Amino acid sequence: MPDVLKAPLVVEFPFTRSLGPVQSAFLTGLRERVVLGVRTRDGRTLVPPVEYDPVTAEEIRDLVHVGATGTVTTWAWNHEPRRGQPLDTPFAWVLVRLDGADTALLHALDAPGPDAVRTGMRVRVRWAEERTGAITDIACFEPYDGDDSEVTFHAGEFADPVHGIVAQARLDYTYSPGRAQTAYINALAERRAVGERCPSCRKVYVPPRGACPTCGVATSEQVEVGPAGTVTTFCIVNIKAKNLDIEVPYVYAHIALDGADLALHGRIGGIPYDQVRMGLRVEPVWTEGGRYPDHYRPTGEPDADYETYKELL
Amino acid sequence: MTSEASPGRREIAVVAFAQSDTLRSTAELSEVEMLMPVLHDVLAQTGLKTADIGFTCSGSCDYLAGRAFSFTLALDGVGAWPPISESHVETDGAWALYEAWTKLLSGDADTALVYSYGKSSPGSLRDVLTRQLDPYYVAPLWPDSVALAALQAQALIDAGDTDERELAAIGARSRTTDNPRAQLKGPVPQGDYLVRPLRRGDCPPIGDGAAAVILAAGERARELCERPAWIRGIDHRIEAHSLGVRDLTDSPSARLAAERAGAFERPVDTAELHAPFTSQEVVLRKALGLGDSTRINPSGGALAANPMMAAGLARIGEAAVRIHRGESDRALAHATSGPCLQQNLVAVLEGDPR
Ligand SMILES: [Zn+2]
Repeated sequence: MPDVLKAPLVVEFPFTRSLGPVQSAFLTGLRERVVLGVRTRDGRTLVPPVEYDPVTAEEIRDLVHVGATGTVTTWAWNHEPRRGQPLDTPFAWVLVRLDGADTALLHALDAPGPDAVRTGMRVRVRWAEERTGAITDIACFEPYDGDDSEVTFHAGEFADPVHGIVAQARLDYTYSPGRAQTAYINALAERRAVGERCPSCRKVYVPPRGACPTCGVATSEQVEVGPAGTVTTFCIVNIKAKNLDIEVPYVYAHIALDGADLALHGRIGGIPYDQVRMGLRVEPVWTEGGRYPDHYRPTGEPDADYETYKELL
Repeated sequence: MTSEASPGRREIAVVAFAQSDTLRSTAELSEVEMLMPVLHDVLAQTGLKTADIGFTCSGSCDYLAGRAFSFTLALDGVGAWPPISESHVETDGAWALYEAWTKLLSGDADTALVYSYGKSSPGSLRDVLTRQLDPYYVAPLWPDSVALAALQAQALIDAGDTDERELAAIGARSRTTDNPRAQLKGPVPQGDYLVRPLRRGDCPPIGDGAAAVILAAGERARELCERPAWIRGIDHRIEAHSLGVRDLTDSPSARLAAERAGAFERPVDTAELHAPFTSQEVVLRKALGLGDSTRINPSGGALAANPMMAAGLARIGEAAVRIHRGESDRALAHATSGPCLQQNLVAVLEGDPR
């Protein structure tokens, strides 16, 4: 089996999330160096606070001020910090029950080594220098041997409260399209289109995915198709895509390559957008050094008869 | 769902199970190419064709592949033309089996194909799994799956429920399996700490794999399988997402699911537990009241092979094939999802009296 293609695939997404009244108060509080919890009807104080009692599902809004000092309830030594984690030097993950709270908050503890950490140890918040109203406004916790901090009433009201967060995420993958699509992509680089024939129904799939979706069996017999094909259906795109250097409007079409039993997608060029039609005969256009067709253009042949492609719509 | 047979309730059984080898990387295969031999295997065991199947349900996760709607491509492997009755869950296939079970109970179908698959190899699994965490308070800190399991392990050690030696023994026992599909078999060094107190040997291997099950109702099950594994009860429960609200040394959700599935009515001889970390087996044994008379994870469990989204379904399948083969009469199968056993599903399977 020839080597399969591989390429880096980075998925990045800045999720914009809105906060309800409780989460807004909590994260705004962190910005102002105040830690807030929420009181349940039976008198427990939850930190970090939630909008609904996890036991009764009752809506809760009764904000209370808790300490910036607390006690470690469990920990784990992380000798190899990973990207995005609170500290880039070895640290302990900790659950900390802040003074005045009945539940624990997850964060990082800056400590010289695992021997300096134990369940029950006293810690306090180390605030981030720049705070925006996010959980990372707590830079980390640090060991602390002073008194409990004083806990006072707090209405949870601040000037200029934060109403949302942007949750940044980035995941790195190595994408591989697998055997069948590797063969297809490699053939495209040689300016050929290669499909696979189903051993059962004899249909030719382009691009091949290694399986016949009708029969649910593996395909492997390679069949060269095209290069020309027929537009089976199309749409006119009026929205400019980010990072895509194509003038709008343009036509995106389903194209049944000659010899194929499935239509593939492609952009139609070399013809005004409002003259593209079903049955138009087209051929691929490669740009210099391109590994795949840039677009398809009219061949100049007469249009295909509807009967010849109606099964491929 | 309670296990008390309601009047006229249909009997549903697992009649076939197949799984792929679990491999560290399967880059040469697309998901459907990895899945298809498993689907052909499970269908061949019953002689059914995809067109004979009344309902199809699958489990997978886009975050593993890094692509949206990735499950739709896998449908090529089941032959979704002409149109079939189909559904998908974005989690372990054990939950797809639950959905299929309710479909069969309703009488809408007599047979169901359940499959699930996951390729962990394209991405960094520890990073990928952080995206299932609370996005406001937890995910921005990027605590990975091993770190969260390690917090639970330390809580167990502090509570006197286990120690590092016992955890190592759980890992060693799991990997002495003769399961031919397992990724890790035989002696594996316990290794260094990944996140203390968990060492490499306390953690599951990272692998790609797929599993499939066929369910059938009543007489149809007896036609398709000599000794069907009847699902006497199945239930799933979830706990609060905030780790600091939970007692990490216990699993009340697993216990409640087991109770509602009827697990405590009579002892089970076999338990297939989806415990990706050695410490989680300690939690589950306690929560489910499993004693020495129960064989735990003869398949090796998730410590021997942990294909994401398929490992839970595989636990149900492994329990079922032991009943098919006459090695078990009453088995408990468990699946989990989320950090530190947040979600738990329990099924109780029985064979006909011999
Ligand atoms: Zn076919």
